[in-house]
Amino acid sequence: MYTQALNTAEAEDRGLEDAAKATQFQARIDAEERIEPNDWMPAAYRKTLTRQISQHAHSEIVGMLPEGNWITRAPSLRRKAALLAKVQDECGHGLYLYAAAETLGSSREELVDAMLAGKAKYSSIFNYPTLTWADIGTIGWLVDGAAIMNQIPLCRCSFGPYARAMIRVCKEESFHQRQGYEIMLTLCRGSDEQKAMAQDALNRWWWPVLMMFGPPDGVSQHSDTSTKWKIKRFSNDELRQKFVDATVPQAQYLGLTIPDPGMTQDAEGHWRYSEIDWTEFKQVLAGNGPCNRDRIAARRKAHDEGSWVREAAAAYAAKRAHRQTAQAAE
Amino acid sequence: MSIANIQVPETPLVLYALRRADDALILGHRLSEWCGHAPMLEEDMALSNIALDLIGQARELYSYAAKAEGKDNDEDKFAYLRDVRQYRNLLLVEQPNGDFAQTLVRQFFYSAFADLYWRAMMASRDATLAAIAAKSEKESAYHLRHSAEWIIRLGDGTDESHARAQAAIDHLWAFTGEMFAVDDSERGLIDAGVAIDPAGLRDRWLKTVTGIINEATLALPQNDWMQQGGRSGRHSEHLGHLLSELQSMQRTFPGLTW
Repeated sequence: MYTQALNTAEAEDRGLEDAAKATQFQARIDAEERIEPNDWMPAAYRKTLTRQISQHAHSEIVGMLPEGNWITRAPSLRRKAALLAKVQDECGHGLYLYAAAETLGSSREELVDAMLAGKAKYSSIFNYPTLTWADIGTIGWLVDGAAIMNQIPLCRCSFGPYARAMIRVCKEESFHQRQGYEIMLTLCRGSDEQKAMAQDALNRWWWPVLMMFGPPDGVSQHSDTSTKWKIKRFSNDELRQKFVDATVPQAQYLGLTIPDPGMTQDAEGHWRYSEIDWTEFKQVLAGNGPCNRDRIAARRKAHDEGSWVREAAAAYAAKRAHRQTAQAAE
Repeated sequence: MSIANIQVPETPLVLYALRRADDALILGHRLSEWCGHAPMLEEDMALSNIALDLIGQARELYSYAAKAEGKDNDEDKFAYLRDVRQYRNLLLVEQPNGDFAQTLVRQFFYSAFADLYWRAMMASRDATLAAIAAKSEKESAYHLRHSAEWIIRLGDGTDESHARAQAAIDHLWAFTGEMFAVDDSERGLIDAGVAIDPAGLRDRWLKTVTGIINEATLALPQNDWMQQGGRSGRHSEHLGHLLSELQSMQRTFPGLTW
């Protein structure tokens, strides 16, 4: 157990919530106060945040796999070191986020077990394969770019540990995004073969990246309460539009074509994209993306094959504690 | 454009730098294979960290080899355009990761050496090598502490971890002798004070290793036969597969900038 013995909501255990406390809680949220782990909070707030933060943590950890796929094949030593450092950063984000989730009373093991059992979700984007080196550039540019769009408002999230984690995570993601764009720039200034590789990667990643923002407004399950609790500050479609508006000029600068022939710019300057294939999104979430099975299998393998190591570490720590107690008693 | 191997006139100084660069790159590459697959997230971080240190050392040493050579080779040409027979790393570092015990025993044997080696090399009369040594020594000290702590945990952990750690020691022991070997090419550099004589480090290395192995309730093998060949390009079968992966982009798309 990694969980600290924080005073986990006794009120929820009894299934009763004090209406006065709930009103006071909402007043604090409305006044833009930060909620801290030991503060009273509604059970549903705790549950929503535990789900969101742990999904975010799982995404960071599963997200190590598609990019990790290229660490051993990076085309130069500089790229190899940068990619390894980037994937390591993502692992750090995962750890940081699991720690934030633990302040809500669930242990890292419980959360990880739920992911390995297929009960907890992670971002749909990591169920797509990285086929060429250009995918590494595209992930940095677009996937990290979309993540930043989502996460910057989370720096003002009402739950203190999550908001603080996001400040640090966003700084690193922004560095990754620039690194990814620089890979794309190098490819687009390179040979015809390299430019074609960059365009092909954009073609494959564009629509799945737009799906990262979640279902369209009105269909999203969790938006209303999350907005009320100031966990969510912008709607899925608002964030998606912001992302598209920021990205189109970047693609133009690279000389790449967004794979959406129906895209137009409206009078206000917004780039209006075509209908997203939500059937694909639902299928990927349901476990039918190209890599869902591989990703979970890889995480389970690491977990299962590592169990003897974790057991050894625990056994040694117990022996050492026992020896120290025995010594102290002498 | 050519995908041919580069030719390297191996003057003693160039060869000396390449051998250490190859050690660092190949071991760093092996460790990077763990990223995303380690037994716990903390070790994904730690093994990646060590890999990054080693790849950093390799880049400095390759750059120095390029400078010493004075031709148009660079760190990437050395790494990506030499084949198995041109690689000069120790056999120890190319051995597959195996299980976590094998990775950590390999790291422990190497880091216990590298820690002493880089500390001694800080006194090199070659200013660049001395500077690389000063940086690498700090890193190696951490690598040694990390791996030694794991050897103790695994050896003195559960029956299973003890058996795995012992099997790893038995398997890798024969690759440790090569770290202390010197050939004619290096003898001149040692005499000139550019390099240090690694044979002089062996007693201290054995003392460190024995101390940790004993604390871990493990044992060193009795067999003293030592494998050699990496320094002159006679490798195990494992290295070719590692290089085919490492070099795949440069070999598939020759002469491009990435």
